[in-house]
Amino acid sequence: MTSPRFLSSPATKEPGVSTDTSAFVITGAQLPDGTRTDLFISDGVLVGERPDNAEAIDADGLIALPGLVDLHTHLREPGREDAETVASGSLAAARGGFTCIHAMANTTPVTDTAENAEHIADLGREAGHAQVVPIGAITKGLGGKELAELGLMHQSRAGVRVFSDDGNCVMDPGLMRRAFEWVRPFDGVLAQHAQDSGLAGPGACCHEGELSGRLGLAGWPPVAESVIIARDVQLAEATGSRLHVCHVTSAEGVDVIRWAKARGINVTAEATPHHLYLTTAEVVGYDTLYKVNPPLRTDEHVEAIRAALADGTIDIVGTDHAPHAPQDKDHAFADARPGMLGLEQALAVVMETMVHTGRLDWAGVVDRMSAAPARIGRVAEQGRPLAVGEPATLVLVDPARRATVDRDDSASLSRNNPYHGRDLPDPVELTMWAGRITHRR
Amino acid sequence: MRDLLGIEGMALDDIRSVLATAEEMHEIQQRPIKKLPALRGRTVVNLFFEDSTRTRSSFELAAKWLSADAINVAAKGSSASKGESMRDTLMTLDSMGVDAIVMRHGGSGSVAQAAGWVKAAMINAGDGTHEHPTQALLDAHAMLRHFRAHNLGDLQGKEVVIVGDLLHSRVVRSNCLLLPQLGAHVTLVAPPTLMPPGVGTWNVEVNHDLDSALPSADVVMMLRVQRERMLGGFFPSEREYTIRYGLTAQRLTKLSPHAVIAHPGPLNRGLEISSAAADSARSIVLDQVSAGVAVRMSVLYHLLAA
Amino acid sequence: MSPDRVTPDTGGGDAKSVMNAAEIARTTTRMSHELLELAGGAEDLVILGILTRGVPLARRIAKAVGDAEGIVVPSGELDITMYRDDLRSQPLRPVGRTVLPGPINDKVVVLVDDVLFSGRTVQAALIALADLGRPAKILLVVLVDRGHRDMPIQAHIVGRHLPTARSESVRVAMAEMDGHDEVTIEPDEATL
Repeated sequence: MTSPRFLSSPATKEPGVSTDTSAFVITGAQLPDGTRTDLFISDGVLVGERPDNAEAIDADGLIALPGLVDLHTHLREPGREDAETVASGSLAAARGGFTCIHAMANTTPVTDTAENAEHIADLGREAGHAQVVPIGAITKGLGGKELAELGLMHQSRAGVRVFSDDGNCVMDPGLMRRAFEWVRPFDGVLAQHAQDSGLAGPGACCHEGELSGRLGLAGWPPVAESVIIARDVQLAEATGSRLHVCHVTSAEGVDVIRWAKARGINVTAEATPHHLYLTTAEVVGYDTLYKVNPPLRTDEHVEAIRAALADGTIDIVGTDHAPHAPQDKDHAFADARPGMLGLEQALAVVMETMVHTGRLDWAGVVDRMSAAPARIGRVAEQGRPLAVGEPATLVLVDPARRATVDRDDSASLSRNNPYHGRDLPDPVELTMWAGRITHRR
Repeated sequence: MRDLLGIEGMALDDIRSVLATAEEMHEIQQRPIKKLPALRGRTVVNLFFEDSTRTRSSFELAAKWLSADAINVAAKGSSASKGESMRDTLMTLDSMGVDAIVMRHGGSGSVAQAAGWVKAAMINAGDGTHEHPTQALLDAHAMLRHFRAHNLGDLQGKEVVIVGDLLHSRVVRSNCLLLPQLGAHVTLVAPPTLMPPGVGTWNVEVNHDLDSALPSADVVMMLRVQRERMLGGFFPSEREYTIRYGLTAQRLTKLSPHAVIAHPGPLNRGLEISSAAADSARSIVLDQVSAGVAVRMSVLYHLLAA
Repeated sequence: MSPDRVTPDTGGGDAKSVMNAAEIARTTTRMSHELLELAGGAEDLVILGILTRGVPLARRIAKAVGDAEGIVVPSGELDITMYRDDLRSQPLRPVGRTVLPGPINDKVVVLVDDVLFSGRTVQAALIALADLGRPAKILLVVLVDRGHRDMPIQAHIVGRHLPTARSESVRVAMAEMDGHDEVTIEPDEATL
């Protein structure tokens, strides 16, 4: 089950924030359940005895969480290395407290073969900033016509378990059904970008409502999301396979997922940091920074997403980190590429919207941002509790520190950071992946 | 007034001043020598990412009659095809030192975006389905001239009925922002499929029944309906659209004796407007066209003369 | 942006009255007779007042000339705003309306203004006239010539030569728009 190849094999050769020490003593950290303890680390694993020659890390006042896991990251390599590489994106992940990211398939070429998937996994391992797990396309070239080689991607060295055409919705229900059936034997999961193209076509770029009417932007109604979710949960039920709904944005979508879960359907769902925090009002000035797909919505929907994340109807936070170069954003709103950065501020936004509002405690944060996404992606060595014998994969968090976000203070190669200039928590002190420090403030 | 990005954001004093000056420009239009030196040495670029013979030539004449140098840049597809961003295109023109850029673009909000990038005065000649401020100003100007010529006062208390594909219309947004400020009451008529979302929050009345809206109208403004919209299911057939929402010859009889018919063009004869309506004595369609040059002269004068 | 129409302030405490209504009336009558003599008759005259206060003055002269000859002498209004050479350097000026009583080709056009100062207004008016037609002759009539010319322009008929300092300003009030007739000098040139 566990694939040890993803662990930091020869740690000393890795280019990340490496250290010669393989033993650490983290003192005074608070665990997610509130208890205070010292953590002993030796050879990448949490151990019960204080190791010799250990580097001491003072964690007084800090909270230790299992390393964060993102199920939804866009790296732009291969194809658009000017916007993001596997190395730059995974370093941004480490800076955001992530120890594992899932690389979406919409690169050039598309990750729709075993070879392409292995290439991305290899790039991630070479960079060494975080575990990079490739997501495979559901259909060849994201074309929505023929299945990609789902099984071969799974049995490759990359061990692909999550499949998604994200950016595009798999519109053909027959094809979606066959994909569900095909991945069931190897416990794959289909991560659907729920957007009915008849209800929200390629031009749709603004939450449909008073504002889209006033601004003259093509509307993207919530029902375009919920009808696909409704279709797909029933396909998942009919096939006995697993569905994951990417970036849920609407109260209607949440309602359908709640119904499906009550029925016992094997469905999980995700919310992005930006849909928890930003509203469609940001679009008033036509700033393409705020163009994202699915679009930012109104307060009522934001409230519904927060409530659903709190009560577990939405299982995880997925960043939908989507780097873009200026030349892809400096267009008319309708023409600009959709997407915004998310890795480096994801935890900050979840703290601001969920923890500081009393909707999630730290154990809840661990579940939504580490344990649950690792479980959905079946990444065995991630999202584990901080207990003896478990991987030393963790993040130290300062719960009190705040800062004004500066988009230039980033490891990403892109600057489409919607939080730039906003006052937010600035929590991540240190990130450790399998006993290796990948980021330290 | 630095730019003309839309009726939204335009002060009422500026609106009145532009309309008043347009009245004087109209008189100049009637002269044998239509050349005024007011904008001598100024350069106006018509940057059209979308084709529009009518609006472009109207701006070009306006600039030339005020002695500005006017050049036309057809940027349709050019920036995208060369891998150039819209910002690059704007910054390039701006760096040449032009004084005003008249811009039409298929993207809503694009002219406002451009105004944030360039030093030149930006004039919105139609941005996507957002605004077309000079069209609304010329509509108001043409109506005002008509009312004055017939001793019907100004726009105060007048009923303007706007009919057609309102969802995809930039003209309707600008007119809904402008006409109520000048005292008119606006009623929008369209099938639900072609009504903009949130129209209930606009300062207008909404009606789905053309026949009930016509008798009280002082002005009926018919907006173009593109036949291709049928493909998106916006209406079932030309026949059904025309019978339910077209200004047919039969419907003309429902108009009050003094009511006039406006249309920003280009006309889709036989679809939203019958020839009987377009060519009737009530039609002010051609007055709108001549008002266009006067209003654009006035706008250029306001932005560039001081 | 909306420009305000400049209305002369004749009630300032430091303003010095230099012509009263009766003097203006007498002067206007005299100028009308001079004009008739200079033009050799009234048949081809078109009298155009330069906006703003040249307009009532032109009407008065047209009436006086017409009355003397027993005919109606056509008068009109000439707006030179867009021909001003200082248009760019000033706040936006409202555009006025040029109203011609008829074609000016081959006519004797009489330009009428209240005050002749730098000559720039007249220069602009001459350019404006050229865009309107080709008169046989252009004559210039002003109520007050206050000197300080910036260009070689002289009026054919002057109501009153008024020695002034450059910094002073001369204001003409016309009953038709200001309620009374008066010419005043103010010590400081108000920003126009």
